[in-house]
Amino acid sequence: MFEVLNQALAEGSITLRAPATSWREALELAGRGLENSHRATSQYTEAMVQAFEELGPYMVIAPGIALAHARPSEAVLSTGLSLVTLSSPIPFGNTANDPVSLVIGLCAVDHDSHIDLMAALSDLLMDVMKVNMLLQAENLEQVRTLLR
Amino acid sequence: MGIGTSVLLKMNAEKVLDMLAIEAEVQAADISIAKIDGPTADIILTTPELVYQLEGMPGKIIAIDHVFDLVEIREKLSAALS
Repeated sequence: MFEVLNQALAEGSITLRAPATSWREALELAGRGLENSHRATSQYTEAMVQAFEELGPYMVIAPGIALAHARPSEAVLSTGLSLVTLSSPIPFGNTANDPVSLVIGLCAVDHDSHIDLMAALSDLLMDVMKVNMLLQAENLEQVRTLLR
Repeated sequence: MGIGTSVLLKMNAEKVLDMLAIEAEVQAADISIAKIDGPTADIILTTPELVYQLEGMPGKIIAIDHVFDLVEIREKLSAALS
């Protein structure tokens, strides 16, 4: 069911229990995951940080969960995801859903070719038990198994 | 035309509209597209942090705190439609 997510999370895209201390660091880690897995360039990471600065913490879409992304652009190499869990939750300035423990990075080459991916991501993030297991994961194998 | 939050919100709004047996056309839009296409919408779903960007549009603006909470979306959509 979540195999599409496993594929979107290429090698190098997952960072577990990161000791980040600010929203900026957390977003940069999500960006590095996209860079490391060759989905996007560092310009994309900068664009995500800029989007957060301009539009505020709307990226925190559910309790404890931020979806970090910028617009499709030349900085996107291929559509993909990154995943960051934080060793301690960080306030992003979102009244309803702070603090954040899970950051999902997303980059897409266009506006509509990643809809199946978003449907799977929605199903995953809606499942509170799975999200809790993700947050507790200590190694990549546990994450991969969860998404199988 | 959006890629992240708006796509998730569209998917879940469509699920709720199905449950309520309401036919509607739902479009995902990032903030710049929403400013262009927003005035033709009957209802605009967004997150609380972006409401100020959309104020003044003729349609009803609904702020959804939790994009995956179908109960919240259903309650707020039903109230706006009644």
